[in-house]
Amino acid sequence: MEDLNAATPSTARDPGRRRFLTLLVAAPTLTLATRLIGSEPVAEAAMRAPALADVADLGDVLILAGKPTSHLLVLELREDGTVRFQLPRAEVGQGITTAIAMLVAEELDVPLGKVEVHLDDARSELMMNQLTGGSNTIRSMYEPVRATAAAARGRLLAAAAIALGLPVDRLSTRDGAVVAPDGRSATYASLARPAADRALRAATVAPKKESTHTLVGTPTSRVDARAMVTGTLKYTLDLEVPGAMPTVLRRPPTINGSVRSVDDSAARRMPGVLGIAVIPTGVAVVAETFGQALDARDALKVVWNDGTIDGLSDADIQKKLRAAALPFAVPPVLTQHVDAEFDFAFASHAPMETNSAVADVREDRAEIWAGLKSPVVAKQTIAGQLGLPESKVTVHVTQGGGSFGRRLFFDAALEAAQVSQKLGRPVKLMWTRVDDMRHGRARPATHHKLRATLGLGKVLTYEHRVAAVETDFRHGLGEILTAMGSQLPVGGNLSFAQTVFHTTVKVPYDFGVVTELLSEIPLQMHTGSWRSVYSANTRGAEEILVDEIAEKLGKDPVAFRRSLLSSARQRAVLDKVASAGRWGRAMPRGFAQGVGFHEEYKSCTACLVEIDARDPRSPRVVKAVIAADVGRPINPRGLESQLLGGLTDALSTTLRAGLHIRDGLPLEGSYSQFHYARQKDTPRDVEIFVMPANGEPGGAGELGVPAAVGAVANAYARATGIRPRSFPINFPVDFTPFPR
Amino acid sequence: MPNYTLTVNGETHRLNLPADMPLLWVLRDKLGIKGPKYGCGIGVCHACTSHLDGKEIQPCQVPVADAADREVTTIEGLADGDTLHPVQEAWLEEDVAQCGYCQPGQIMAAVALLKRTSNPTDADIDKIENVCRCGSYFRIREAIKRAAAKM
Repeated sequence: MEDLNAATPSTARDPGRRRFLTLLVAAPTLTLATRLIGSEPVAEAAMRAPALADVADLGDVLILAGKPTSHLLVLELREDGTVRFQLPRAEVGQGITTAIAMLVAEELDVPLGKVEVHLDDARSELMMNQLTGGSNTIRSMYEPVRATAAAARGRLLAAAAIALGLPVDRLSTRDGAVVAPDGRSATYASLARPAADRALRAATVAPKKESTHTLVGTPTSRVDARAMVTGTLKYTLDLEVPGAMPTVLRRPPTINGSVRSVDDSAARRMPGVLGIAVIPTGVAVVAETFGQALDARDALKVVWNDGTIDGLSDADIQKKLRAAALPFAVPPVLTQHVDAEFDFAFASHAPMETNSAVADVREDRAEIWAGLKSPVVAKQTIAGQLGLPESKVTVHVTQGGGSFGRRLFFDAALEAAQVSQKLGRPVKLMWTRVDDMRHGRARPATHHKLRATLGLGKVLTYEHRVAAVETDFRHGLGEILTAMGSQLPVGGNLSFAQTVFHTTVKVPYDFGVVTELLSEIPLQMHTGSWRSVYSANTRGAEEILVDEIAEKLGKDPVAFRRSLLSSARQRAVLDKVASAGRWGRAMPRGFAQGVGFHEEYKSCTACLVEIDARDPRSPRVVKAVIAADVGRPINPRGLESQLLGGLTDALSTTLRAGLHIRDGLPLEGSYSQFHYARQKDTPRDVEIFVMPANGEPGGAGELGVPAAVGAVANAYARATGIRPRSFPINFPVDFTPFPR
Repeated sequence: MPNYTLTVNGETHRLNLPADMPLLWVLRDKLGIKGPKYGCGIGVCHACTSHLDGKEIQPCQVPVADAADREVTTIEGLADGDTLHPVQEAWLEEDVAQCGYCQPGQIMAAVALLKRTSNPTDADIDKIENVCRCGSYFRIREAIKRAAAKM
């Protein structure tokens, strides 16, 4: 491999003074292990016919899309010996800045505390390589980050060889320095300048062998935890952008309604009000404080145009979904069969930090700050809307207070830009919680029809028909799928949704002839990928059916699953939760265990829960045992966090948390109504097992949800004798909705 | 508009504000104290949880007039310089935070709980209503127990 890493001095931002003060290195051309066709899990899955997601999953597609620009990563070694790595992804709580810092520290032999990971601004040149989704950050960054840091190490070694008068092969790196066998050493701080010399010739250095890793793979605490517990971590609305004043929007009474007329005479006279502007999504009020902006917003008198789903309620949507579900191919004659239908309600992403953005739009340029998982598309769209060239728009990615898919969309950033342009002043826009739940994104409602035919104690055919309200992927994923579509090993030209569905959803069991089909109904409302996209509902429903098939065949749910799984990895996680969770132990009346399994993005997991459902209307998961095999865990401690979060998401949406749509708007407007779990709803006993490394890193951010959905629903069914068919299971309108 | 004297994290501020302005916006927008977070504005998510004369409050529900001439403590005022409060230490040791946005409020709620009872039971911990949308509840529980043991 030719060493193409030009040690480019960092002159871009600060020409002159820092010209040779830092080593700035981009990765050499990489031989990325991207194998869209013929990747290894197929061999292990020989028991059953491979599904598309076995051969090429969505993560593979994203890795391939990022490959042409994967050498554009930027690592900077400063004269004080610290390392700065620019990560073209979003940190929203998943712990990637910690995991990436670990990879850099490992590869460069510097203490973790010396590595600072900075979220990259939107970089148009990265094109499709700046999207945070599909549980893909570690998968797509693992090799490029290591290669980049290895290239930096190579240059430090070469510079040290000159400084110490020894050949490179006599030198090694340790604790932020290059050391010689005679005990002499040169710190990275002292080498930063000579290593950045363009004339220096450095050989290509391969990333370290994984067997020599000492930090990667060990449980490590978050690098940003201290800032979080002291309240100093800056989220978007905590930034002090000069002149950016608090801004809120009055929003329509139905989804996608628009302003017909507005009487702002009273609002304008209210204390602290600095400006009022109509934008396509509502009426913006800028004030000295958010309190005053909210008061003035309430004083606006607005006449609204209709929205796009006015008059539509849950029952109408459910009817459309049932009509859209495709018929089964196999008739239920002559054979034993198990049929089931399931419904899942809309679910809000509801990250703690509501949608927010800061914008400073001037005549000839614009600057935006927001938590963005698809900043390049945000930048392109905002530039277009403002009538500015893309090169005149700077989009900073700030650390986000949760996402779960929500921050793939940049609606707050666009609105903030529109208000700033209209009023000619910088603004910081905050969505209220009610805005976020009623006009924000949601996981679409779905309807599922499943049929398994049985014979000789086996599943002969298995069909799953999913009908879903359309999931909006218009945040850059469409472009990626279009560009990569021709490389997917499938015939025809699948739609975006079909491609996402078939590259993420697969039945992990030997169920004979399997067909899973998605049909979508196009409703113009705000949907979006919600942690694990189709899998939470689709695989969750399947895990419930697996228990019902087992019951019909008179088999134990764990033993039945085990007999249908084809790889040792899959069976190992199931065995782990069964033994650690004492599967089958006697439980008091009203209590039960339940189990679920899931495989996605080259990772697999099993979840065992115990539920207290003595009151079927107020169940509580009291214990959970989870095991996960992600191929190669980078930070097991962070992975456990992700699995814990997936569990909480699953028990919330399975038991209580959802959105009711009534007359074109969600009824829920806050956490007192959208019942995401609180402390009292969650298990007091959780055990999580991370399986040892055995291959390449798989995806992990979304992995935990579907297995836990199955486990919770199955435990509920076993505890109560009630077969759950509609989710959340307990879903009354137990509140007075806020006024529209 | 009336004048108020407000002591926040040991510092005294004189402010001219409407009596009903929620303390949350006084802290964030007037005083630049950003530790208390907005999450709902109606006192249900508890992301802004802070202390007033040592007792737990949700600043989004406290009009500034009610905080006048009293001591407000936010997450920024919990540590003693660089020395963290035992609850903050426990939070680091359990690596609780994911997105971190609710954690200042969670920590302030935990500190208030430990003031009320030095050895909280699981049932006591269950009463904490703060929402953690990342679902870190189990680690919060473990961190509170760890902090109780330290204190």
